[in-house]
Amino acid sequence: ALDTLMVGKLTTESLFILLAILTGLSNGSLENQLCFDLIEKWVKKNPNASICTALEGVENFKHIANFQDYHGLKEFRQEVAKLMGKARGGRVTFDPERIVMSGGATGASETIMFCLADPGDAFLVPTPYYPAFNRDLRWRTGVQIIPVQCSSSNNFTVTREAVEAAYQKAQEANINVKGLIITNPSNPLGTTLDSQTLQSLVIFVNDKTIHLVCDEIYAATVFSSPEFVSIAEIIQEIDVNRDLIHILYSLSKDMGLPGFRVGIVYSYNDVVLSCGRRMSSFGLVSSQTQYFLATLLSDDEFVDYFLRESSKRLARRHHKLTRGLEQVGIKCLKSNAGLFVWMDLRRLLEDPTSFDAEMKLWRTIVNDVKLNVSPGSSFHVAEPGWFRVCFANMDEF
Amino acid sequence: MVLMLRNQELLSKIATSNGHGEDSPYFDGWKAYDSDPFHPTQNPEGVIQMGLAENQLCFNLIHEWLLKNPEASICTAQGAAEFRDIAIFQDYHGLAEFREAVAKFMGKVRRNRASFDPDRIVMSGGATGAHEMIAFCLADPGDAFLVPTPYYPGFDRDLRWRTGVKLIPVVCESSNDYQITIEALEAAYETAQEADIKVKGLLIPNPSNPLGTIITKDTLEALVTFTNHKNIHLVCDEIYAATVFSQPEFTSIAEIIEEDKICCNRDLIHIIYSLSKDMGFPGFRVGIVYSYNDAVVSCARKMSSFGLVSSQTQYLIASMLADDEFVDQFIVESRKRLAMRHSFFTQRLAQVGINCLKSNAGLFVWMDLRRLLKEQTFEAEMVLWRVIINEIKLNVSPGSSFHCSEPGWFRVCFANMDDKTMEIALSRIKTFMLQHKEAMVPKKKLCWQTSLRLSFSSRYEDIMETPGSFMSPHSPIPQSPLVRART
Repeated sequence: ALDTLMVGKLTTESLFILLAILTGLSNGSLENQLCFDLIEKWVKKNPNASICTALEGVENFKHIANFQDYHGLKEFRQEVAKLMGKARGGRVTFDPERIVMSGGATGASETIMFCLADPGDAFLVPTPYYPAFNRDLRWRTGVQIIPVQCSSSNNFTVTREAVEAAYQKAQEANINVKGLIITNPSNPLGTTLDSQTLQSLVIFVNDKTIHLVCDEIYAATVFSSPEFVSIAEIIQEIDVNRDLIHILYSLSKDMGLPGFRVGIVYSYNDVVLSCGRRMSSFGLVSSQTQYFLATLLSDDEFVDYFLRESSKRLARRHHKLTRGLEQVGIKCLKSNAGLFVWMDLRRLLEDPTSFDAEMKLWRTIVNDVKLNVSPGSSFHVAEPGWFRVCFANMDEF
Repeated sequence: MVLMLRNQELLSKIATSNGHGEDSPYFDGWKAYDSDPFHPTQNPEGVIQMGLAENQLCFNLIHEWLLKNPEASICTAQGAAEFRDIAIFQDYHGLAEFREAVAKFMGKVRRNRASFDPDRIVMSGGATGAHEMIAFCLADPGDAFLVPTPYYPGFDRDLRWRTGVKLIPVVCESSNDYQITIEALEAAYETAQEADIKVKGLLIPNPSNPLGTIITKDTLEALVTFTNHKNIHLVCDEIYAATVFSQPEFTSIAEIIEEDKICCNRDLIHIIYSLSKDMGFPGFRVGIVYSYNDAVVSCARKMSSFGLVSSQTQYLIASMLADDEFVDQFIVESRKRLAMRHSFFTQRLAQVGINCLKSNAGLFVWMDLRRLLKEQTFEAEMVLWRVIINEIKLNVSPGSSFHCSEPGWFRVCFANMDDKTMEIALSRIKTFMLQHKEAMVPKKKLCWQTSLRLSFSSRYEDIMETPGSFMSPHSPIPQSPLVRART
């Protein structure tokens, strides 16, 4: 452990070199690479999961290669629905008939916007938020994003009051707000919303008859308490117009398979389902991949083990990183999920109110220390000095 | 009513419109098939699917290759070492090996008369995604694309639904074998001008779906000259390029560009490609946008994030298409089998008095059933179509769903079934034709045999309007002595 006095005398540069040594941080790509050994082992033991393997799989090649039905393989939908339930501790079940494919989470976000909003309409999005929402939600759809500013004073928790205020402001500016989109667990915060907050948001959207889109792509990356609460659980508890509730999902983060482009739109609104399904033609999951995943996910024993192990490894890695940061006097937002931490470097800024100072600090970290972290400003956060650091994107060493 | 209103306020206009195009009869036939699908043993009386343009003739070649190349899959013992790197690969440039293999394949399919740059290969969610993406790149809501009729019904959804782009038909007719004429192009362009609609481009599927024909080199050059002159884009949908099974030779727009004989702004030229038809892999969703315009390549590449090809599939395709020997053999064999199937099918149809448009490509024929219509109207076409589905139990696609200007034509797919099923389909057709022979002849006064048999009660209009079964639809109606006498 370092003497905190000594830490104060370190240059930013040497601080981060120390940090890198302590934590083994390398690149900043946001992937979950901790459990590939498990999947590789499974793959070798289960040749029937591939349509390319001798005897077991190749018999199915023709049928699968021809299969372009936008409903998707039934087995694929069943297994994804089951996985979603498992990632929520079995507290809620999902209907395979409500599973609609999309081109990754990227495609899912865009598709739901095309279904719910017209060009010029707006969605409320709590900050800080995933930078690519600007592209996914807005680019080809013409939909606007209205940020709901959250602050460090309450650990960036989104409150009904803040959402209400943003909504009112939009109304006054004559902007048609079609809904609220929340990412839970949050990217970049790594935190989960509690039941109370979720309930208040659900009641809010129900009151205003606007949509609630819940991006739950990090659901299975929850590695410590508090337990994850899905919107699917909330609507079981309180009475709400389910036509307003939609979930976005993906296997990119939970399973670490971003290359496979498995995006899911799960809507409780039948018209949205039908429309989303038709739109899925623009980004269906490759039938080869659907087949593989259907087989992989049907192995209950494997999936249960994988989810447990993934959680464990994420917890370990998270702990190692946050301890290392603590040792050099750097605090992170307390988090229980995600593949990253939200690091507080405010006291290292030359000017704590300046985003320019944040960019300067960021350039030092990236160029001089060769550490790829993401500056808070790219997440549209209201206060400078916060950085997202990924910890799950390389193997154990 | 209340629910509908609620949905219209609650959801987007896109969601509550029918811009998805699925209310078209093209899709109705599929529904009929889905509810009563043919199966040789389990449901031998079921509807035979002849409305789906799939290429299922060469899967044994693929199987053989897969068994010999286990490392092509990241899920085999031999390939699993690559699993991690491939599973995390989501770069929208796509795997370099994939792009190189696809570029090489595209060249081979065009008999290497054109070469393709791997860096211009952009992925999309199938051909469906490719069409939508090119529309997003080239046009704004309200702008229009010209499209020759008859055309693939999915274009209405792919090019228009979420993009807000319009389609203006360039009417082509059977009288000249549906060739695209400059007159028709100019007429369509004029229509747009008068309606104050901005035409951004011309989309030409070549080979054509549903016709199965290719555009001649001369016509292609004329189209390039036309679009170049109007400074509009030329989007060539070449997804059936490898299904050209007999003469005349296929000319790709890429050859025209490389020849550099005629004046052309390359920034206006774009190719849509896919492995769904040429390889028979529609499930794998391999769509390609290939543009000669750098800005379009760059924009499309960013948009491809909404529909990238699964890295698992990229890896497999990269392996497969890198095998030169296999690819060369596949292309030759596929052509051969398509030619055989096409020839067999059209000959058997001719034997029962059904003619098809002369074609040399595609996975279907454009069947001429005009003389089976009670009257030359689209309503009559629908009546006939329902008879074909419900009585003959074949799912074929009515010409009206392809926006054909003349009633009586049907697209029938022949490459998506085995020989036995084909035999059953043909025997059903034969039975139907024999049964309806009596019903038809008095009305149309047409001859079934090859010799000309004229009836003195035959009306002038009947002879002039309906070419007999003994003539090919694209040859001029021979002037019978009777007719000559009357005129």
